[in-house]
Amino acid sequence: MISNDLVQKVLASAVARGGEFAEIFVEDKKTSSASLDDGKVEELSSGISRGAGIRVVVGDTTGFAHTADLSESGLLKAAEAARSVALSAQGGIKAVQVGPPDIYSARSLTINPSQIGKREKIHLLERMDNAARSTSGSIRQVSAGYGDSYRQILVANTDGVFATDQQVRTRIAVSTIAFGDTGMQTGYETAAYTMGYEMFDDVVVEELARMAAERAVRKLSARPAPSGILPVVLKGGSGGILFHEACGHGLEADHIVKDSSVYKGKIGELVASPLITLVDDGTVNQQWGTANIDDEGKPSQRNVLIENGVLTDYMWDGLRARKSHRSSSGNGRRQSYQHLPMVRMTNTYLLEGSETPESLISNTDHGIYVARLGGGQVNTATGDFVFGMTEAYLIENGQITHPLRDANLIGNGPDVLKKIDGVASDFSITPGTCGKDGQSVPVGCGQATLRITGVTIGGTANG
Amino acid sequence: MDDLQIIAEKIVSQAKPDEQIEAFIAWDEETSIRVYNRGIENLSQSQSSGVGIRVVSDQRQGFAWAGTLEPSAIEFALSEARDNAKFATQDEYLGLGIPDGVEPQNLDLWQEDLANHSTEEKVSLALELEEAVRKSDKRITSIESANYGDVRSIASVLTSTGLSATFKQTFSYISAHAIATQGQETQTGGGYSVGRTLGELDLQKAASDASIRATRMLGATKPSSSRLTVIFDPQVATTLLAIIGSTLSGEAVLKGRSLFADRLAEKVASDVVTLVDDPTNPNAFGASVYDAEGYASRQTTLISDGILNGFLYDTYSSRRAGVNSTASATRGGFASTPGVGARALLLSPGDKSQSELISSIENGVLVQSISGVHSGVNPISGDFSVGAEGLQIRSGTIGAPIKEFTIASSLQKMLQDIVAVGNDLEWIPSVAAGVSIVVEGISVSGA
Repeated sequence: MISNDLVQKVLASAVARGGEFAEIFVEDKKTSSASLDDGKVEELSSGISRGAGIRVVVGDTTGFAHTADLSESGLLKAAEAARSVALSAQGGIKAVQVGPPDIYSARSLTINPSQIGKREKIHLLERMDNAARSTSGSIRQVSAGYGDSYRQILVANTDGVFATDQQVRTRIAVSTIAFGDTGMQTGYETAAYTMGYEMFDDVVVEELARMAAERAVRKLSARPAPSGILPVVLKGGSGGILFHEACGHGLEADHIVKDSSVYKGKIGELVASPLITLVDDGTVNQQWGTANIDDEGKPSQRNVLIENGVLTDYMWDGLRARKSHRSSSGNGRRQSYQHLPMVRMTNTYLLEGSETPESLISNTDHGIYVARLGGGQVNTATGDFVFGMTEAYLIENGQITHPLRDANLIGNGPDVLKKIDGVASDFSITPGTCGKDGQSVPVGCGQATLRITGVTIGGTANG
Repeated sequence: MDDLQIIAEKIVSQAKPDEQIEAFIAWDEETSIRVYNRGIENLSQSQSSGVGIRVVSDQRQGFAWAGTLEPSAIEFALSEARDNAKFATQDEYLGLGIPDGVEPQNLDLWQEDLANHSTEEKVSLALELEEAVRKSDKRITSIESANYGDVRSIASVLTSTGLSATFKQTFSYISAHAIATQGQETQTGGGYSVGRTLGELDLQKAASDASIRATRMLGATKPSSSRLTVIFDPQVATTLLAIIGSTLSGEAVLKGRSLFADRLAEKVASDVVTLVDDPTNPNAFGASVYDAEGYASRQTTLISDGILNGFLYDTYSSRRAGVNSTASATRGGFASTPGVGARALLLSPGDKSQSELISSIENGVLVQSISGVHSGVNPISGDFSVGAEGLQIRSGTIGAPIKEFTIASSLQKMLQDIVAVGNDLEWIPSVAAGVSIVVEGISVSGA
């Protein structure tokens, strides 16, 4: 992307006024997307962005600048802006040497999406539109979206890291609206992988559309969700987001070093039910949060965060690891070259247990079965979270009965982790987008069906 | 920036006889500073620019963008936009806007003064804010971050159909996130101040807001479940109004996605509700001389005394609906096509202060913050269920803090259940102004 000589020159300039660490991150990204809405192919979009972010660390201070100008003069200008924080600093690194880069190639790229005609991509959307509409006469509206991205990155720093990676991601999503006597209801389904167009060898788009349509139609006859504390059986897959939010964010080292996590100082302590083993793993085959290296050039790895209920480690990026005299766990990620990296999750999941989903349901006298969770939000300092249920049912006498209208769940992360009393073995991972401090990155969340003994359900009906 | 106009003209001039081209070019310069523990944690200064090109030909639309203004990238975007158009569905209502004679208002959204302040001065401001929060209350045990940021942005939109607009605006802001501790308990809170330049920032208010919001929930308990009257703080009301605004998009109506699709001229809210979108109000953070397609901004009354009066439209949705555009095209940046959205919603204020409103509530909750809005509010079905924190109200008096509960209703019902609006109008960095709102019959779900 840029020559080894230039990498060396830019790093040397970045630390010319002092500082103990400098890094250059170059990104070249091409995206293409298509959307179908209201029965029409509404928009095809293509985009390119290319640029570099340069940071210099001096003591506790990070200077950062980015530029879309990858010429020598453009990069040196950015290096100069980034090092402005080092004006009064002494010492630092004197010589910068970079060796040959570690070159990584795409995890899976049998079919490069750029080689696929636009007509074919649109056809995927049309197939979803047809499938959703033919599922039920109640489906009044369908929107479907396709997107792919091809991202090349180069990272080099004064610690000797020099690596390039090729990251290809492909996604598809469908939203439906069903209309009936009770008004409108919505359904959504998506599939997204760190892989090329071969994703559609396995993903049957009609199946996604049918699931999204059925979800909306079922809710037409839904009752208002109850209000109050009830046991919850969380279906495998999308429920993983609960652990991403309720617990994962609190295990990010930036929150730990700033005292803004309930998990600070708890390593070695029992923080969850002994049934819980929580892992963050950037190496899981082609999942949405997977990559060869993180955005600081550190190879992805599998990190066990909670083992049999005991807190074993946090997640680390280079900056926080450096200050704590340990190595990064491969969790330094950024949205683009215009952003500073920070501690981010990759694929975060609970290991499966030995029960069956059926037994967890049949052992629940009165509760809620959540088949799909939407987004959520957490305050890492207090552990308080909320989540939207986008497909949920009442459990009565051990049986799934009535569908429920959308409502939020509310609770406290550390509290919920201790209330898990059963984990099944139907593990799966779902893709999502994680937002933190204004930056979005692709992540995976996973879990098997499990039961929580009590969570507050934010509905309007008496429990 | 004349340069942006020149680049835009060069792109648009390549329109073929049977083709319409729109070029949207944006440039911005940003400074962001974060301080922690009396030192600079991050300091970032950068410029960025990009272009988005829309092509309409044969009643089909295509789009492409580039995050740079290099000629080769612009060339790529134009040729891709043209190619993308070939694959879109033909739609007779597609087409770029044509000038409609509405005169743009002169709004002062750019403060040249912002460029006169040094980085050192900005760093000092952030450090001063951190210190002010630290000293504000003994229970403040740490300050997660204190920030200063500013942005100077210029964008030009030019179409081969005769629309031409340049937007210039500056923003300067400070914010702080504080952590308060009492015994084993921790709570957090944030405060901020926003202006067009440094001199407009209110450091004391940002500091005291962060401090008050972090400490006010200490000792909070989980309330029991019940149905009662809720008064929303202006800050929270802003979020609710922004959601209501999104349901009043003409595009959502045409695509069968609005709760209010068939309800024009009907009573959709209580009598006290008059809702206007007015991006020509310079106090609004969403104020803008033009909309994102280059039409002069104008005022639109959406709900008048509870009666649904109209929807918001951009060029495409107005043509398809057979009405005039309300100049409500918005865009997230050069990398996306315009959509329809409110920019400066204003719920007509009433005549009572928040404390007067509270004094008339027998049994209720003052909701000071809500969470899970994206997951808990469905603007299509209207289902509404969000996490909340606030203060109990008993016999017209503020009581103990409460947390970890949800409030639930539906958007349709809440609009009808608004019994009063306060006089405490507050312009907040959002598409809606804040004002206290009293709503009856909300389900509180707690212990």
